[in-house]
Amino acid sequence: MMVQSSSLYLIPLMPLLAAGLIAVTRQPHRRFAASLAIGAMGISLLLSISAFVSTLGQTSAGAARSFSNFDWLQIGPATLRLGWVLDPLSAIMLVMVTFVGLLIFIYSVGYMAHDDNFTRFFCFLSLFAAAMLGLVIANNLLLLFMCWELVGLASYLLIGFWYHKPSAAAAAKKAFITTRIGDVVFLLGIVWLYSQAGTLLFYDHGHGCLEHLKLSELAGRTTVGGLAVSTGIGLLIFCGAIGKSGQVPLHVWLPDAMEGPTPVSALIHAATMVAAGVFLVARVYPLMAEPIPAPVGFVSAPFISALPVVAWVGAITAVFAACIAVAQTDIKRILAYSTVSQLGFMMIGLGVGGVAVGMFHLITHAFFKALLFMGAGSVIHGCHEEQDIRRLGGLKKYMPVTFATYAIGMMALSGVPLFFSGFWSKDGILEAAHTWKPSQGPFYLAAFGALLTAFYMTRQVCYVFFGNYRGAKGDHSHAADSLHGGEPHESPRVMTMPLAILAVFAVVLGFIGTPAWPWFQNYLGGENLPSGVGELFRHDVLYTILISTVIVTVGIGLGWRLYGGKPVTNPNEVDVLERWRPDIYGLLRNKFYVDELYEVTVIRFNAWFAAFCDSLDYWVWNGAVLAVSYLIVGIAWVDRVFDEYVINLGFDESCKGIADGGRLFSRLQNGRVQNYLRVIGVALAALVIFLVWGRKAS
Amino acid sequence: MQFAFAIIAALTLVSGIAAMSLRNLVHCALCLAVTFAGLAAMYLQLHAQFISFAQVLVYIGAVAILVVFAILLTRSGEPVTHPVVHSSWIVGVIIALLVFGVLTKVILSSSISSAALHPLPPKDGPSVREIGNSLMIDYVLPLQVIGLLLTAATIGAVIIAMHEPKISQPPASTPRVNGAEVPHASGHSAELTHHP
Amino acid sequence: MIPLQNYLIFSAMLFSVGLAGALTRRNAILVLVGIELMLNAANLNFVAFWRFSSDPNAMAGLMFVLFSIAIAAAEAAVGLALIIAIYRHYKTTNLEKVNSLKG
Repeated sequence: MMVQSSSLYLIPLMPLLAAGLIAVTRQPHRRFAASLAIGAMGISLLLSISAFVSTLGQTSAGAARSFSNFDWLQIGPATLRLGWVLDPLSAIMLVMVTFVGLLIFIYSVGYMAHDDNFTRFFCFLSLFAAAMLGLVIANNLLLLFMCWELVGLASYLLIGFWYHKPSAAAAAKKAFITTRIGDVVFLLGIVWLYSQAGTLLFYDHGHGCLEHLKLSELAGRTTVGGLAVSTGIGLLIFCGAIGKSGQVPLHVWLPDAMEGPTPVSALIHAATMVAAGVFLVARVYPLMAEPIPAPVGFVSAPFISALPVVAWVGAITAVFAACIAVAQTDIKRILAYSTVSQLGFMMIGLGVGGVAVGMFHLITHAFFKALLFMGAGSVIHGCHEEQDIRRLGGLKKYMPVTFATYAIGMMALSGVPLFFSGFWSKDGILEAAHTWKPSQGPFYLAAFGALLTAFYMTRQVCYVFFGNYRGAKGDHSHAADSLHGGEPHESPRVMTMPLAILAVFAVVLGFIGTPAWPWFQNYLGGENLPSGVGELFRHDVLYTILISTVIVTVGIGLGWRLYGGKPVTNPNEVDVLERWRPDIYGLLRNKFYVDELYEVTVIRFNAWFAAFCDSLDYWVWNGAVLAVSYLIVGIAWVDRVFDEYVINLGFDESCKGIADGGRLFSRLQNGRVQNYLRVIGVALAALVIFLVWGRKAS
Repeated sequence: MQFAFAIIAALTLVSGIAAMSLRNLVHCALCLAVTFAGLAAMYLQLHAQFISFAQVLVYIGAVAILVVFAILLTRSGEPVTHPVVHSSWIVGVIIALLVFGVLTKVILSSSISSAALHPLPPKDGPSVREIGNSLMIDYVLPLQVIGLLLTAATIGAVIIAMHEPKISQPPASTPRVNGAEVPHASGHSAELTHHP
Repeated sequence: MIPLQNYLIFSAMLFSVGLAGALTRRNAILVLVGIELMLNAANLNFVAFWRFSSDPNAMAGLMFVLFSIAIAAAEAAVGLALIIAIYRHYKTTNLEKVNSLKG
């Protein structure tokens, strides 16, 4: 059955419904919650596969694209429309997200078995999956942004899953705020795009903002500094990707995000969420690239697109993170910095080579990084929550399956030639960088980054799996696992099965994008590149293959020599590199002091500003309100005084006057006869006087 | 004649003042009698013999005696300690003086005093026959009314001053008979209802 | 002959004496005495006017006085009876104490 683009919404809807149902489920119903989540994800996987199949066999990228839009919001005369799009890009992402997600869900059943908040975990995981899938199929930049924010929210909830740990709560807050900075600039880009293009839909029968009509319009207009509008918008949107995908300078949240449970790290911070930034750049690639044909307005000056910025930022990130990874001792931190570095590689790929190059590395990276993280989780679980590699070691014989899968993942990441997917995807990037006309800088940086990648992965594997176990054996303090004793043990089947599946893919996936058979590039790019073994031996292709092989060999060899030949025995022993150059090692170990720099500048300023606003609120606004209220109180007081003294007094006085008058008059009737007599006497005299003399006078 | 008038007038006036100002009430009553007598003498001088006899008979013989009886019955003859005049007796005196002054002024300023009133031809005064005639013929109506009045006054005085017998009260007596229960009732009205 | 105004002034004097006594004495009986004096003064007035009238056969003045004397006697009787009754109720003849309008 073919999935129509109009029913694409079912794919994110399934996990969303599961999340809603699990949210109202009580904690003890673990099996129900887990099966609901896994079931929903499974259905989404089936739908995604069928959607993917429906996009195969199309002649061009344009024909493979189908979308369906609908009216969402009416604001005056304008209508905001949303929609879904099904094209090769979204199809491949759908399959990857649902497949890797499903495997990680199954893995979580085993990993989180001892946790009390099992149900809540699956609720958040399903919410995340729904948001990510929604992001992938969005045909409207606004819808993409909404899902982007939802993904950020789910990340916050999951990083801070063990919220009673202060470090976890702080890490969640850091992640959210750092990505927020990127998102604000992203939003500015969206607003600008809407004001310039009048629509946020990507594809809309020729009127979408990624389609030729609008694009040439946008590219033709200029803004500050002669920059084309489309480039400006592209740069702003790229800032969002910088935040979400952990490019320098907003990379600081990713290593701290390792506070979350390992399945979270595997799903979100390796395979999917951080890849959302790369996906975003791939999605709006037409906006960021040079338009073909050249726009009308540009005759003299060369057109500057946003892609060089992307490439350089990616290159710097790749090397920066790889350097830091060399000096880390936490098993997950190494992998976190490795992720940052690989994301830089993807950005290089997008910047220099195009959508297919970057996306290929994204897809392969998703599989082997998820594999590596899950393997690390298995190690942590088996060694009773030990994460410091100096206290691990010799796990090769305790956890054979984990070791085997981890080794495959490591070789894929390092780019061991021919059989591992990482080799082919990284090779594609190096080749594109080598043939990039503006500069060879990204190429050299990428090469150096690949060298470091091989080196630190070898270091990690040697520390963890070779040598002797340096951890506390016979440690019976781990109460919950008393039957395991103190020795490390292999993880249960529910955890090792996904590892094995991913390991297979880590090998196999590489073969869909080799120069000998560029199916992936054809599929995504809609081109028809030649295939065949002979392609391998073309000049530039062969050159990069040899270069990468040399790099990988040097890296692994160096690592093995330093760490594998003489395995470390003492957990407190100082690292080889540290002994050699303690100052550089210290710099790398402290992550180039970036966090400290932010603490002193940005965070201090923010605290000052917040205090300033608080005092403003307290003195100015509060003062105004208080002044008004005091004024009212004053008026009321005057009123009261007036009422009490003037009115009351006047009234009292008049009443007293009346009472006195009455009292006076009552004396006329006091019952004393002689008084009456006296009055009569006086009246007589007065009457006589009046009658006799009064008349006479008148 | 003038001399006689002066003496009689002085006597009457003095005894009048005495009657009003003496402390002992019995003395007052006696002085009152003297005053009445002086007035009778003055009537004689005015050739109103019948009137002077009537004055003596009625006033001295009845009114003065009545006053004495009242003094007796109200125990007012006993010596008293409290002042006999009001605390504001000056006001009364002033009013009296005021009235006197007004009257005198009127008298003196009227035509009576200005006109030279000759002494009239000696009038002997009416004889009793003449008085009787005018009483029965000209003034018969006032005479009858006076009779009625005197009768009513007598009966009234008797009733008012009659001593009420004390009525001892049975417990379930009839509802109040105008305050008859109260021993020192003010009930003249109780009196009236009690006696048919 | 004694002029009329002598009599009149004398009667005015007597009248004011009576009035003064009625207004100032506390004892109710003496108030009545004062009233009697006043009545007598008025009687004297009438007799004096009758004596100096121009009509030799006029009897009105005399008659008036006669009736006045009779009425004065009746009134004295009733008044003193009243005083006795009041004495019985208030146990005093002091007019300053007899001042409540309701019994």
